[in-house]
Amino acid sequence: MTQTAPAPIIAFDRVTKRFGALTVLDDFNFTVAPGEKVTLIGPSGSGKSTVLRILMTLEPFQEGTLTLAGMSYQQPNGTGPFKAGERHLRQIRSHVGMVFQSFNLFPHMSVMRNVVEAPVRVLGLSRAEAECRAVDLLALVGLADKKDHFPAQLSGGQQQRVAIARALAMRPRVLLFDEPTSALDPQLVGEVLSVIRSLAHEHDLTMLLVTHEMRFAREVSDRVCFFDKGRICEQGAPDQIFTNPQQPRTREFLASVLG
Amino acid sequence: MYGFEWDTATPLTYAWSILPIILIGLTVTLKAAAAGFSIALVLGLVFALLRRSRVKAIAWTTSVVVEFLRDTPLLVQLFFLYYVLPDYGLTLPAFLTGAIALGLQYSAYTSEVYRGGIEAVPRGQWEAATALNLSRTDVYRDIVVPQIVPRILPAMGNYLVAMLKETPVLSVITILEMMGLANMIGERTFDYLVPLTMVGVIFLLLTLVCSAGLHWLQRALPKAGIPLQ
Ligand SMILES: Nc1ncnc2c1ncn2[C@@H]1O[C@H](COP(=O)(O)OP(=O)(O)OP(=O)(O)O)[C@@H](O)[C@H]1O
Ligand SMILES: [Mg+2]
Repeated sequence: MTQTAPAPIIAFDRVTKRFGALTVLDDFNFTVAPGEKVTLIGPSGSGKSTVLRILMTLEPFQEGTLTLAGMSYQQPNGTGPFKAGERHLRQIRSHVGMVFQSFNLFPHMSVMRNVVEAPVRVLGLSRAEAECRAVDLLALVGLADKKDHFPAQLSGGQQQRVAIARALAMRPRVLLFDEPTSALDPQLVGEVLSVIRSLAHEHDLTMLLVTHEMRFAREVSDRVCFFDKGRICEQGAPDQIFTNPQQPRTREFLASVLG
Repeated sequence: MYGFEWDTATPLTYAWSILPIILIGLTVTLKAAAAGFSIALVLGLVFALLRRSRVKAIAWTTSVVVEFLRDTPLLVQLFFLYYVLPDYGLTLPAFLTGAIALGLQYSAYTSEVYRGGIEAVPRGQWEAATALNLSRTDVYRDIVVPQIVPRILPAMGNYLVAMLKETPVLSVITILEMMGLANMIGERTFDYLVPLTMVGVIFLLLTLVCSAGLHWLQRALPKAGIPLQ
């Protein structure tokens, strides 16, 4: 018997995404295997965030099908059986979490409440149970002692680590990071990267990471995808992409960012 | 009146003798404003949310209703509710009519305040809430409303004061609030100066109390965990 590759956890099938007249993704195909750690790199405006935002159901798309954890969806004008109704979208969302560039913690809630709010409301955990788990998660990101602080009392790096704990509290199978360290002072980048690095060892967690931290990308990812003008221009193992890029555009881009 | 006699010998004895009547009127004024403002706070939020409905017909109809309420004078709405509705079989007590009219008119204003507050909630907050799979109800109740409270407080306070000062209009539908009573006393004693001055001073005090209360709230809220922007 031959071993078949596991079904992808993420599959973009001929997805087209437009903002008005601007086509950002054109006939986009992209699959990710369960547990895979994929980094998306590329010049500004090449569509990296758009891919993550479509996965998080923050952005609608016009054509094609997206399959996530075995559930497909198309936009209302799609012809398939899965229309993007709110109930269906919420089912899809239950498998995905996202960490944003600007943290987006809820400013009126303590760190603890930021982390337990969704597990209590959405997963239906009791507050005590959710807090018990939150304590573990906050310890994981090194902030167990900050649980009663408010976001405004934390540094950017600490806020981002809370945001990671908050996303993990929903037990996502796929975790998306959109430039998680770009808004941070240079001396705070390391503490956030080390949390993400520890997550990269989680065998079951699928990670998609958009970053400009090339060394980090090389270190943690199984695959690097170079985006250019809404397409994956080149992809492969990090060592191959960083040491032996095949496409001239990839070389150009790496030369510009690695200096 | 109400079993009180007035003594017009000197302005001071006159004022003292009518104070109990004025205070009875004050309680009516305060009750009307409290009832009207409660209606305005709740209904305004309902209007603001309906205007954001994804069903275009609901959003549009709500806009028209709000615009209508805002663009017609309170006096007309009052007369309409009190004198026209009974012709169609709906008779409401005067006080209830007054509170509803005040509430309806001011809900048009408060819905604008809510709308501005909701629109000022950063997009990242909505996106984070979506990413956590919170339902729309959860998002409004736990994320949006607590964040807009400190932002809308000053504007809401202004509308409360404005409504308070507009309560004398209720006397046209026979509600005996403070101003109406002062006027009646004047009619009987032919001395308007003292009762009207008393009403003016009381309104001034009420306004000052409202502003002080607002300031206190604005200082208390951050301590309750709701930061002010
Ligand atoms: N809400 C929007 N309305 C219109 N155009 C948009 C919107 N969001 C993104 N775009 C456009 O879509 C294109 C892709 O944007 P996207 O944010 O995915 O790029 P990116 O690869 O993440 O870039 P960056 O590295 O700057 O974050 C850009 O040209 C951008 O201007
Ligand atoms: Mg981006």
